[in-house]
Amino acid sequence: MAKASSESGRVGKAEHRTTINVTDGTLIPLKDEGGGLSAWNISFFGAIGLLVLLPILSPDPYLRILAFVPDGLVATFTVTIVSIVFALIIGLFAGLGRISHNTLINRISTVYVEIIRGIPLLVQLFYIYYALGPLLKMQGPPAAILAMSICYGAYMAEIFRAGIQAIPKGQMEAALALGMSRSMAMRRIIIPQTVRIILPPIGNEFIALLKDSSLVSILAVSDLLRRGREYASTSFRYFESYTVIALIYLVMTLFFSRLVAYMEERLRHRGNVH
Amino acid sequence: MATFIEIKGAVKSFGTVQALRGVDLSVRKGEVVLIIGPSGSGKSTLLRSVNRLERLDSGSISIDGESVTEDKADIRHIREEVGMVFQSFNLFPHLSVQENITLAPTFVLRKSKDEAIEIARRLLRKVGLSDKETAWPEQLSGGQQQRVAIARALAMNPKVMLFDEPTSALDPEMIKEVLDVMTDLAREGMTMLVVSHEMGFARAAAHRIIFMDAGQIVEEAPPELFFTSPREERTRRFLEHIL
Repeated sequence: MAKASSESGRVGKAEHRTTINVTDGTLIPLKDEGGGLSAWNISFFGAIGLLVLLPILSPDPYLRILAFVPDGLVATFTVTIVSIVFALIIGLFAGLGRISHNTLINRISTVYVEIIRGIPLLVQLFYIYYALGPLLKMQGPPAAILAMSICYGAYMAEIFRAGIQAIPKGQMEAALALGMSRSMAMRRIIIPQTVRIILPPIGNEFIALLKDSSLVSILAVSDLLRRGREYASTSFRYFESYTVIALIYLVMTLFFSRLVAYMEERLRHRGNVH
Repeated sequence: MATFIEIKGAVKSFGTVQALRGVDLSVRKGEVVLIIGPSGSGKSTLLRSVNRLERLDSGSISIDGESVTEDKADIRHIREEVGMVFQSFNLFPHLSVQENITLAPTFVLRKSKDEAIEIARRLLRKVGLSDKETAWPEQLSGGQQQRVAIARALAMNPKVMLFDEPTSALDPEMIKEVLDVMTDLAREGMTMLVVSHEMGFARAAAHRIIFMDAGQIVEEAPPELFFTSPREERTRRFLEHIL
C-alpha cells in the first residue's frame, strides 16, 4: 500500500512561490520527460490500446468482462469521491488542530494522526466493519467510506499542516497587525494561499485513495475489483478478468496523475486563482 | 504635549537571549521617533511589542491611555489603530493591490465595498501608485510593494504607524520612493515609531533618535545633536560604522 505521504514532503521555495514536494511515489509525470515515448504515454496509451484491442480480437471473454464491470466502476468512484470529501474535512480540522496553540486540541489531533497512520488501512477496514460491526451496525459501503475517510483524513491533516506552515509567518503577522482575528486571518489570508500549494499533494492522495479503494472489495462492496472477482469465480477466467481490472485501474490513475500535473503546472504559471 | 505611547520597564527574553532589559520610552502625539542600533539590540522587538506581536515578560505599554500589555486588553481594537509596515512588505500575494488595501477596512471596520475602494484609490494616489490598482503584488518592484504596504496600513486610519526596517530589503534606488512617502506622512503629523538606519530620513523627518544596544536605550537626542555630539562612547562607535 504505497502512500504519497506528506510528512516526508519537504517544504521549499521555488520561483518566489512556496511548493510542497512530496517525495515518495511520484505519480505525477514531469513535463519534458521523453516526449511522445514518455513512460506515461507508453503506459497510458498501451493500456487503452489493450482495452480496445483485446475485446476486438477475443470478444469472449474480454467483451463480456468489460460489460460486467461498469457497476463496480460506479461503486469505486462513489467510495473514492465521498471518502476524499470527508477526508478533506477531517484533514482540515485535524491539520488546524496539529498547529493549534491549545494543548488539548493539539494533542488530540496529533494522537489521531499518529494512531491512524500507524495502522494499515486494511486492518482499519476490518476493524470498523467486523470488530466494531456489532456496535456500528453499518453496511459495507458506509463502513468502507467511514474507514477510508478516517484513514485518509490523517494523511490530509499532515498535508494541511505542512501547507499552512509553508506560508511565511509574516502573512499572519500582517493580518493580525491590521486588526484581524486569528480565525479571520486563517480564513482570508492563510487558507487561500495554502489551498494553492496543497492541491497537487491532495491530487496525489486522491489517486492513492482511488487505488486503495480496491481494498473495500473485502467488505462486501461491489467495487471494480470485486466485480472482476465475481466474474472470474463464475467463469474461471482469472487471467483475463484480472488483466482487464488491472488495465482499468491503470488507465484511471494515469489519467488523474496527468490531470494533477496539469493543475500543478497552471498553478505555477499564473498563481492567482480567482 | 501629552504622552501618546508609554513604554515602562519593558523586558522580553527569547529563551536565554534577553532582547529587552527594561526599556522606558514615551512618545508624544505627532512625534516621529527613530530607533537605531546594532542587530540584536532589541529595537525590532521593542517595536513589535507596541502592537503585541511580541508579548512582554514584564513591563507595560499603553497607547493613548489604553493598555496594550494587560491580558484583558482589546488587542484587536488597538491593532486597528496601530498601522505596521514590515521589512519584507508582507503583502497578501493572492489578492490584488486594491484588495490588499480594502480587505481590512471591509472585514475589520465593516466599511462598504464602495467606501473601501474609495479609500484605496485615495491612498494609492498618495503613495503614487494609482495605476497599480489591479496589479498583483508579485508584479511590483520592492519599492512599489512597500508603498502598497504603507497604503494598506493607512487604510485603517491609524493613530500610530510602526515601521520595522521598511527599507532594509530594498535596492538603493527604491529606498528614496519609500522614504519620500514616510517623510510626507511625518509632515502630516502622523505619530511614527521607525526602526531604520536611514540617516537621511532621520535628519529630514525624525524629532528624536533613540540608540539601543543590548536590550537597553543607551542614548536619545534630537537628530542634529545625536549625529554631531553624541554623549556616549558606545553611540560614537556605532555612528562611525554607519555614517
